[in-house]
Amino acid sequence: MAKITMREAISQALSEEMDRDPAVFILGEEVGVWGGTYAVTKGFYDKYGAERVKDTPIAENAIIGAAIGAAMVGQRPIAELMTINFAFSAMDYIVNQAPKLRYMFGGQFKLPLVIRAVGGGGRQLGATHSHTPDAIFAHFPGLKVVSPGTPADAKGLLKSAIRSDDPILFIEHATMYQVRGEVPDGEYFIPIGQSIVQREGKDVTVVTYSKGLELTMKAADELAKEGIQIEVVDLRTLRPLDMGPVLESFKKTNRAVVVEEGWKSYGVGSEIAARLYEQAFDYADAPILRVAQKEVPLPYNRTLEQAALPQVEDVIAAVKEVMK
Amino acid sequence: MDKDKQLQIYYEMVLIRRVEERGAELYQAGKIGGFMHLYIGQEAVSTGLIAARKPQDRVITAYRDHGVALNCGISANEVMAELLGKVTGTSKGKGGSMHMADTTKNMWGGHAIVGGHLPIAAGFALGDQYAGNDNVTICMFGDGATNIGYFHEALNLSKVWNLPVLWVCENNLYGMGTAVDRASAVSEIRQKAEGYGMGNERVDGMDVLKVFAAAHRTIEAVRSEKRPYLLEVVTYRYRGHSMGDPERYRKPEEVHKYQENDPIGIFRKALIKKKVAAEAELNTLDDKVDEDVKKAVEFAEASPEPSLEDLYKDIYAE
Repeated sequence: MAKITMREAISQALSEEMDRDPAVFILGEEVGVWGGTYAVTKGFYDKYGAERVKDTPIAENAIIGAAIGAAMVGQRPIAELMTINFAFSAMDYIVNQAPKLRYMFGGQFKLPLVIRAVGGGGRQLGATHSHTPDAIFAHFPGLKVVSPGTPADAKGLLKSAIRSDDPILFIEHATMYQVRGEVPDGEYFIPIGQSIVQREGKDVTVVTYSKGLELTMKAADELAKEGIQIEVVDLRTLRPLDMGPVLESFKKTNRAVVVEEGWKSYGVGSEIAARLYEQAFDYADAPILRVAQKEVPLPYNRTLEQAALPQVEDVIAAVKEVMK
Repeated sequence: MDKDKQLQIYYEMVLIRRVEERGAELYQAGKIGGFMHLYIGQEAVSTGLIAARKPQDRVITAYRDHGVALNCGISANEVMAELLGKVTGTSKGKGGSMHMADTTKNMWGGHAIVGGHLPIAAGFALGDQYAGNDNVTICMFGDGATNIGYFHEALNLSKVWNLPVLWVCENNLYGMGTAVDRASAVSEIRQKAEGYGMGNERVDGMDVLKVFAAAHRTIEAVRSEKRPYLLEVVTYRYRGHSMGDPERYRKPEEVHKYQENDPIGIFRKALIKKKVAAEAELNTLDDKVDEDVKKAVEFAEASPEPSLEDLYKDIYAE
């Protein structure tokens, strides 16, 4: 077990799977000679060559569309979107093609495709480059949406995603590449579609994922100093959604907060809260609260941007609110 | 081309027309739902094109796909069953008119987002290039698809990566109801390939032998030279864009003018004139088509609907 960064964990997963299976190749903008704009594929071009680490034109429809086609005919492409904000340019492929083609043709082929996309705000990139639009993609049956919050989960989930025969959107948070954590060496898998309790507690259930996990774990430490024990459930996969650990925790604590970085309206928090009300209404001792991004386009100015993004203090306040 | 192949081409063109004429009746009778786009008038294009491919070559097209499906060897039974939404259809009743496929016959679909299948076709060619085989992908699309970004991204990528794909534009002079010169900066679609440094040519799409000759030459050029090529095939559809087309954009006289140049009629006359086949022999083939279409309708009508459990099948592979 080594302590490595999220970036190293993702990079390890990619190279281990490329070493194992020649059908796996990478395509995307600046993934090759440049080494990846977030340096995830640094060294890959020299190691695997231009055939397996393909630099593409800046043409997201061609990148994702071609990856879909290659997957349909038996390869296992990993398409990288430099940022998830560019997913909007390729929206037809991500939500209208990849998730539909197998079903629409009566299951005649598999579509083993991984789309890696870097998302998240907080880097002063302005409104068009700062989205956390995960919930939009999780809306579509046929697509699987994964977003890890720890290096270990990143490695285990990405390896599972690459071996999966279904289209998977794998969302990484741009501010989390330096997060360090223990990661088992070698073959290591986390199944797609399994939530997990990342920290046990008895007072309030906090459901979250990705960047929200980082905020929530910090909030948990602060709250513990005041004697409040929150239980942190990490979704890890948004679709298919595993409500098991969420429901189990909620039935114990009877109070819940959902923390996400995307906007509150129609978001992940809305979905979790609705399911808790539908499936465990009698267990609720307080209204379920959502901590999320303010309903504004993210501004450039650092103070304004941070004011719009959910903060540790917001999580703490919401937990205290549901405990009243 | 030997006699058997020419008669097969004749049979397929007549089959497409009769299947669609019958399909139109069933649509009017309410037995076929959704959108349905008829290929009538354009039969020489896919028939000539697909007759020139090797079985290993992948075919992908847009939503006007019944003819392409039949040419690829999907039976009239399966096409008709798909139109009627039956479980015995090409896509188990889940695709309908616009989404016919049988990947075992290298027919990779009818695709209904205009231009959307072009990058996917580039992906097929990429997959084959990566695998190191010598398959060619034949990607058909309408003139209307050449004005959308997908077309340009796909053509550019195919040239940059030297993908083995034959781009085939079926220029039937209208994108829905908008004439080519009202929507495209150049009315000869093949010119667009010039911007990508890609070889291109234009061929008469009402003469199946001309289509075959051009297709055979260009498919093999793509295969041997390992680079993409664009073939523009000029054709005309006799029916509306889809079943619900008021056809305010063209006059009946214009349609009649093209009908005098009917691809099936031209080929039939040529076969008789060149003494490839006697009229009686062709009449026998016509009768066989009528019988096959009748059986296809019976098969489709008698086939079961998908079960409600099928609703949740084949969303994911695992």
